[in-house]
Formats: sequence, C-alpha cells, structure tokens
Amino acid sequence: MPSKKDILDLYFMDSRYKLIDIAAFLDRMDRHEGEPDFRHHGFQKALEAMLQPGNKPRAQAVLEALSDHSEKPIPKATIQGAFGACRD
Amino acid sequence: MKYIEPHAHMVSRTTDDYQAMAMAGCEIICEPAFWAGFDRSSPQGFYDYYRQLTEYEPARAQKFGIKHYCWLCINPKEAEDAGFAREVMAIIPEFMDCPTVLGIGEIGLNKNTVSELAIFEEHVAIAQKYDTPILIHTPHLEDKLKGTKLIIDALKNAQIDPSRIIIDHVEEHTAGLVLDEGFWAGMTLYPESKCTPGRAIDILENFGMENIWMNSACDWGISDPLAVAKCAVEMKKRQHSTEIVQKIIYDNPVKFLSQSKNFTA
Ligand SMILES: [Zn+2]
Repeated sequence: MPSKKDILDLYFMDSRYKLIDIAAFLDRMDRHEGEPDFRHHGFQKALEAMLQPGNKPRAQAVLEALSDHSEKPIPKATIQGAFGACRD
Repeated sequence: MKYIEPHAHMVSRTTDDYQAMAMAGCEIICEPAFWAGFDRSSPQGFYDYYRQLTEYEPARAQKFGIKHYCWLCINPKEAEDAGFAREVMAIIPEFMDCPTVLGIGEIGLNKNTVSELAIFEEHVAIAQKYDTPILIHTPHLEDKLKGTKLIIDALKNAQIDPSRIIIDHVEEHTAGLVLDEGFWAGMTLYPESKCTPGRAIDILENFGMENIWMNSACDWGISDPLAVAKCAVEMKKRQHSTEIVQKIIYDNPVKFLSQSKNFTA
C-alpha cells in the first residue's frame, strides 16, 4: 500500500489546486450582487461536514450534507434534473 | 490490458471512440437503454432504439473486435408518464430473445416519484418473468441517497436474489448500503456529477474488491469513453497489483454478466 508520502506525491498538487478554486468560488460569491439560493447554504453545510465529519469518512459526510433526507416518494416530478444540493 | 466497459451509451459516441477503446484493450461493451437527452414522442421511437441497440451497435462494435451487449427498458426519466411507459414496456418482450440482450436495465429512479417507483417495480417483474439479471441506475446528486434506499426497499419487497442485481452509480454514501445487502455495486467515472478515479479507488480500498465494477457511463454529455482504462492506470499508481486491477476491470464484470444466459466472455 502507498505511504502518506506516496499519497501526497500523487494527490497534493491536484487537491491544492481544487482547494484554492473553492476558496476563490466563495470569494466570488461574496463579491457579487444579489441573494444566494439554497445551493450556497448547502455548500456551507457541506464544508462544515468536511471539517466536522463526526465518526464518518469526510467524503460520505459531505455527500450526506448535500442529500435529500426525506423518505417518501414525491407525488410528481417538476423537473428532470438535479441541483446538487437539497432545498432546506 | 484487456478490460470490459460494463456501462456505456455507444449510440451517442463516435466510431473513433470504438477505435480508441479497442486500442486501450476494451474487449466487451455493455450498453444499457437510457434517456436520449430528450423525451421520445412515441413508443415507436423506442422500438427503433431497441433495434439500434440489438442490431446496429453490435455490428459497429464488431468492426473493432469488440463484443457489444445491451440491457433493455424505458429509463426512469421517461417513466413519469406511467401510461406511456407501459406502452413502451409492452414492446420489450419482442426483443428479449435477441442474442445480445443481457437483461433489464438501466431501470431505477430519477426524481424519486410515485410513478417512477411503480414503473421500476413493473420492470423488476419483467426481469423475474424472463429470469434475467437487472442493472439499476440510481438518481443524480441530492436525490441519490433517498433513491438508493427506495430502490433497495422495493427489491427486498420483490424478494429477488440480490446477487443478480447491480446497483450502479454508487458513491461513498451509498456503496455500503448496496454491498451490505448483497447487491453488486457499479461505480461511474463521470466528470462533475459522479466519481473521480481517485475516489473510485478509495471506495475499492474501503469496501473491498468483491461484487463491484467500474464504468465510464459515457454518453452524449461531457464524458470519457476511456475512463475505465485510465482508472486502471491510476490503480497501478496506487500500487494495486496487476491481478487486482484485472479483477476489477475484467474478472468481476465477467462474473456478474455470466449470470445472463446470453453472455460469453
Ligand atoms: Zn447510463
């Protein structure tokens, strides 16, 4: 199995690049006019889940923070696509 | 390295893609029936699509030495109108004897609606009647967790053998739900909405190498028909042995697909 150093060699630069992109996205949201919608709140919740995942792996905690947790089928679809975050 | 692409929508891909896949080592492609990117206006549109899947694509693949198999259904995105879906499902039996049909798929849910669930259960009944395996699509993004749970509950109610069912597009929050119940799991290497190669390999390392495969699900969207071959390279970078890589990209698909009477590797 690869060591921590091996994993850094493989993924550090790519993850660094993605992390800076997230920071820039959040700055961009702050800088622009208007009101954010539920996706912004979902993103914030997911960031918190990543930092405080409890006893879950971080990726799972992030995905769950972005998921619909209702249990019953809905009566009818109003759209065909998905947004990536759940309306509160 | 030889591999199987167990989930690709080749009707949306170019002949160059077949060539590139053949050169990367792809020996077999399995193509589930899916949404065309727009709703078809008549059952006749599906009839033509099933002919394309059972006649034209196998011939196109053959030119590159690739075997082409397919799965048939009306996909969940077009299952919201249950009456229309049932008209389409009535055509399916006509194609079930075609020599390259593996079973029913990719059925499943999209927005987790009452109608989608009813049509899903009726598809499961067709698979039971013809005694075929099933390939299941789980919903996108925020709908995946709920949809996966609804699908698993419906399959438990149908008392169907989970080892003959693959539940596709699993991610970190659904892989355990699927595998713990005895189903097979598919991981999709798709940009933006599904797994990266790095994450797919994490899932393998965390959940084990049994009853799991990976696919590109390449279609009309931005997607990569070589994603499985690229992920195999990444597995080697992650120090997985050639035997393990071969198991994930070839042996596991053969094991699952061999449950279909029409499949030969
Ligand atoms: Zn698909």
